[in-house]
Amino acid sequence: MRPELANFKGLNIKELPKEDWLAPGHRACQGCGTVLPLKLALKVLGPNTIAVSSTGCMEIISSPFPYTSWKIPWIHVAFENAATVASGIETAIKALKRKGKLPKKEKINVVVFAGDGATFDIGLQFVSGALERGHNFIYICLDNEAYMNTGVQRSGGTPFMAHTTTSPAGKVIHGNITWKKNLPGIISAHNIPYFATASPGFYMDYMNKVKKASLVEGPAFIHVYSPCPTGWGTKSEDTIKLSKLVVETRIFPLFEVIDGKYYILNRKVDKPKPVEEYLKLQRRFRHLKPEEIALIQNRVNEEYERLVKLCEVFAPPKE
Amino acid sequence: MPRDQGLMSWKELAPGMYILEPGNSAKFKTGDWRSHRPVLDKEKCIKCGQCYLLCPEPAYEENEEGYFICNLNYCKGCGICANICPKGAITMVLEEA
Amino acid sequence: MGKRVAKEVSIAVADAVAQCKVDVISAYPITPQTHIVEHLADLVNNGELDAEYIPVESEHAAMSACIGAAATGARTFTSTSSQGLLFMYEVLPIASALRLPIVMVVANRAISAPISIWNDHSDVMTMRDHGWIQTFAENGQEAVDLIYHAYRVAERAMLPVAVNLDGFIVTHVVEPIEMLDQELVDRYIPPLKMKYKLDPKKPITMGAIGVPEIYTEAKKAQDEALKASYKIIVQAWRDFEKLSGRRYNPVEIYRMEDAEVALVIMGSLAETAMNAVDKLREQGKKVGLVRIRLWRPFPTQDFLKALGKVKAICVFDRAVSHGASGGPVGIEVRSVLYQSNKRPKVLNIIGGLGGRDVTVEDFEEIFDRTFGFIKAKPRFAYEIYGAKE
Repeated sequence: MRPELANFKGLNIKELPKEDWLAPGHRACQGCGTVLPLKLALKVLGPNTIAVSSTGCMEIISSPFPYTSWKIPWIHVAFENAATVASGIETAIKALKRKGKLPKKEKINVVVFAGDGATFDIGLQFVSGALERGHNFIYICLDNEAYMNTGVQRSGGTPFMAHTTTSPAGKVIHGNITWKKNLPGIISAHNIPYFATASPGFYMDYMNKVKKASLVEGPAFIHVYSPCPTGWGTKSEDTIKLSKLVVETRIFPLFEVIDGKYYILNRKVDKPKPVEEYLKLQRRFRHLKPEEIALIQNRVNEEYERLVKLCEVFAPPKE
Repeated sequence: MPRDQGLMSWKELAPGMYILEPGNSAKFKTGDWRSHRPVLDKEKCIKCGQCYLLCPEPAYEENEEGYFICNLNYCKGCGICANICPKGAITMVLEEA
Repeated sequence: MGKRVAKEVSIAVADAVAQCKVDVISAYPITPQTHIVEHLADLVNNGELDAEYIPVESEHAAMSACIGAAATGARTFTSTSSQGLLFMYEVLPIASALRLPIVMVVANRAISAPISIWNDHSDVMTMRDHGWIQTFAENGQEAVDLIYHAYRVAERAMLPVAVNLDGFIVTHVVEPIEMLDQELVDRYIPPLKMKYKLDPKKPITMGAIGVPEIYTEAKKAQDEALKASYKIIVQAWRDFEKLSGRRYNPVEIYRMEDAEVALVIMGSLAETAMNAVDKLREQGKKVGLVRIRLWRPFPTQDFLKALGKVKAICVFDRAVSHGASGGPVGIEVRSVLYQSNKRPKVLNIIGGLGGRDVTVEDFEEIFDRTFGFIKAKPRFAYEIYGAKE
């Protein structure tokens, strides 16, 4: 397995950099679980970073002219193409370094912050292209499971039966009728050096993953679970609680895929909490009938078992 | 009724409407959004720093003693800090009108 | 002066881009631009051009990658046609509003439906309003010269430039072309220095929200920048003349000194029309040609001056603007004339669509008709020429 990952010593909470590269005064909602992982990523990556945002909550809350919350260079172009804009930036840095117009030794991180809508749906072509071409950048998908910025419409990342404004819990159709798109599967199939899922509830695990992503040469992708109190109808103070529960119920397992080859389960959940405990905290699932909850429970169990098997079969070789 | 006015002259805008002052959102105080504010009991606090790490703003700053103090200019009163404090050292208190 | 060699125009254009020491090429293939991006790939992979080549997965990605690269301070290039241009439509106005000096060659091709790979101007006419500087080449030499010019202008005006070449008719022909000596190119196009770019040493925010309290000012600032680019464009052509001996103007005239009737045209068909002008002049008819080279920003003063004292003009469009009162150039010309004291009769003909040939005889007939309109008012606001009834 890649030496930079095999030899990685995790960051200690006391060793974390003190500065933040996102300024307060941004317009995120109270308890926003999407801006939190964004802030933490920047803390790990530091000031030698260029960030690209897709259109979405994070871009809107951080750049209402004349204010910007970004203390590092940042660009927003459009909704679907953040990965490609990042490809352009990374390529320019490569070209300029080779031609001596930028100092060769200086490492500059290129990071994308994009939501689930921008990643699963409208931007999938662009993400796939950037990953396939092997650009050296980090793509962080902040997944709050709907098009939140435009008013909570369903996306490819919206879970089964969730109420959104375009998949409302109506009398005839009871919510979002499709299952969440398997983004980890799609991204892993690109055989990129590093893929990981993460949750702000396990923030050291997440920040270590951001650090690992910055150490690999080539594309790294982190799929971050991001609670949205406004869109999900949850209490603002429950953001971290939900971020832990989603892992402890096996709904959003924490795992890594290295080079598309090796699967590592970061947190084995042997005594899972029932999904109902997670669902009942959220107004977007309030309408669920017991048989629907059972369906979800079954599917969650199936997918977790499958992931455990993948991690057993494709475990990285013992060094 | 005053007519809609631009924030600044078009001649003063940076080309491309770039914002040249990084992090200037700190001038925008979001503290007045909240209805509750966190109150710290220093006796219970173990200075673990999780309140500071997990505040989305971020509104917490470390002081000389190593305690993490909430900057009320920015605190939106979400209550995450009170919720996750391992020692229950933070309580959310209703803001008086 | 350099040596004239026979080259396929696409190859010559790619060679010119290479001479301009581009840093990042972001390319997606589409007929008839393919030879340009293929030759650039050859040059890069053979080590003859020190540039990064991003084989993007769509035209939208091509322009998006150029935006990212240009914002970081790299000299960029892309090229497209027709549906490809339409697919990158979303980001075209972003490139100009963000003031990025991207250079793009549009190999003009008709847009769908019906699908056509052949030449007309309907693709570039969709980007009239997007704040790009736009020029038209009539032949291979012009195509190459406009590339050099594009980089010089883009990097001084800090605006993107689209150089238009007629697909197949210009891109795929072999013509005698004189490339500028490398040393002269280096003098004409110095290394790119951007005052504002994505640089951790000087962090800036690009692409903030244009709240209603600033959007108007942002658009005005952009508009003024495009208007101001006219001086840069003209000066750049003057500077080019000193290096090459070739003179370019925003509007070119042909035999207009005493013309009573003129044809207004853009692109390679102008050369066919020139033959018609010569033939009719031999017959004693006072005809002339006005060729628009700079399409955006529209050179109103140059255009009005070029018209001289003509009594009637025919504006020859190569794109339909469905539902409008004329073709794209027709509407532009009529609008410009209305503001001026000049009042020639205006006939607007749309032809050469989807690769339909327009012959010297056709142009002779069009000139005759224009003569007829000196006395009579045109029956239609515009006419699609040559459609079989």
